[in-house]
Amino acid sequence: MAQTLSEQILSHAAGHTVQAGDVVTVQVGLAMMHDSLSPSIIKVLHQELGAERVWSTEDIAVVIDHVAPAANIQTAEAQTKLRRWVREQDITHLFDVGRGISHQVLVEEGLAQPGMVVVGSDSHSTAYGCVGAFGTGMGTTDVALVLATGRTWMRVPETVLVRAHGRFRPGVSAKDLALRAARIIRAEGATYAAVEWHGVDFLSIGDRMTLATLSIEVGGKAGIIPPTGEAAAGLNVPDWLGVQEGATYKQIVDIDLEKLEPQVSVPHFVDNVADLTEVGRVAVDVVYLGTCTNGRYEDMAAAASVLKGRKLAKGMRMLVVPASSESLRLASEDGTLNTLLEAGATIGTPGCGACIGRHMGVLAPDEVCVFTGNRNFRGRMGSPRANIYLTSPEVAAATALTGYITHPQDVLVAEEV
Amino acid sequence: MARVWIFGNDVNTDQIVPGRYAPYMLKNEDDLRKYPFVEARPDFAPNAQPGDLIVAGSNFGCGSSREYAPLALKMVQVGAIISPLFARIFFRNALNLGIPCFTADLTNTLQDGQQVEMDLEGGIITTEDGMRIELPAPPTFMREVWRSGGIVNYYRTYGRFPGEQ
Repeated sequence: MAQTLSEQILSHAAGHTVQAGDVVTVQVGLAMMHDSLSPSIIKVLHQELGAERVWSTEDIAVVIDHVAPAANIQTAEAQTKLRRWVREQDITHLFDVGRGISHQVLVEEGLAQPGMVVVGSDSHSTAYGCVGAFGTGMGTTDVALVLATGRTWMRVPETVLVRAHGRFRPGVSAKDLALRAARIIRAEGATYAAVEWHGVDFLSIGDRMTLATLSIEVGGKAGIIPPTGEAAAGLNVPDWLGVQEGATYKQIVDIDLEKLEPQVSVPHFVDNVADLTEVGRVAVDVVYLGTCTNGRYEDMAAAASVLKGRKLAKGMRMLVVPASSESLRLASEDGTLNTLLEAGATIGTPGCGACIGRHMGVLAPDEVCVFTGNRNFRGRMGSPRANIYLTSPEVAAATALTGYITHPQDVLVAEEV
Repeated sequence: MARVWIFGNDVNTDQIVPGRYAPYMLKNEDDLRKYPFVEARPDFAPNAQPGDLIVAGSNFGCGSSREYAPLALKMVQVGAIISPLFARIFFRNALNLGIPCFTADLTNTLQDGQQVEMDLEGGIITTEDGMRIELPAPPTFMREVWRSGGIVNYYRTYGRFPGEQ
């Protein structure tokens, strides 16, 4: 019987053929834990489960990205303890302050691989679907159980299929596709299901991660892009992994990219999405470019292509927090960084930044932020009275130039005339 | 008697416990008990009594994987959470912590502040005026996890995961 990508991967990890609805125990290929939940994970592992050692020293990645660098004495001390624990457990992969956001780093390092089950102590662990892995987010206790046993149990999900047709128009990108899908599927539409994204072979791995990370925002247990197309050419794809004709999908969503306009997610729900042209004139105080969804080199380059030779609007702040040190290095190498700085943007340490409202750009009451991230929940980035709009990097850059939510073509075309 | 606390649709984990109130950010981890719904519903934490019921709309607990959201609810000894659809990670975290979750939509049946009797074993709510609400029975493994007091005790007791032979 034909299988979805999730069914193929979970069959492989379970050691027998599984289908949607089955409750199975699977071998985990890679487990990620970050600084924010690690203290509680370690406590459950040793004190509650009574395990002395982790199941593998090679297949665990510890990343300090959620408050990086430390913002106060508590987080600094917790990070010190975490580093010590990593040494005691002889864990190979520690990515410390400044290396970047776990999801981006694990893909750059080649640790997340096509066909692997990757679990992480972070809801955006769906990100690993960008290379054709089954990535899923878990809480403290589940990750602790994985650390102890190398295994986890789960229900094999049904799959919601999103099919993209055609190519983006100028000023439109992967974020707009993902937000459009959220607008159709809605926040709870893919709960307990996986999302597969077809018709996106032309996208970079980074753009695929934009789709994969936003899969959780429609409730997805995983968000998987088939590892095909030019960007996937360098990946080591197992011969058993690929889209199978006749696989069963719970829902199929078709999106015509040729007609897609820039999308804006309006406060305070991710699926509260409108065409940019429908949102009217929204005055903006701060533009924030970053996160595992849109903080990569290509996102900074897309923003730079709009900002080039121009200056931020009067009173505007633009914060750029690269997704990784590698993204920052690439931006530095080809002049992208200079373009951002010359326009008036500032750069933060690679990591999660203000996405969780803890440091590096926390919002004040009544501030309006245009954010390239993945959540605009009330209070997400600071004050519950702030308003967060989610957009693509291109729209964020155009907005930084005008001071209100702006279509990138309006900036680029106006100048050409 | 248990007090009913009504919440709407799409209550996300940033509403349950904002990221700024994570144990990681606190000088004293036990302070987490002060912060469930600290911004979304400031009257909740100071007034919630052991056994109280959270009766929410659809997609309860969507968003982050932070287990400290259901943990904060456990610290104030919430009796059960009832929602027509739980967000996946929250549901799993709540199960792991041994917090009973029932799948039903009672937001239009019960009222905020109402006092009810809750029979957890039978899954039956009885209101003061005698109305009896039977909740859909959760799968057996879920009850076993609740009875064990969470997944850690379950695993230590049975030496296997739910569903595993």
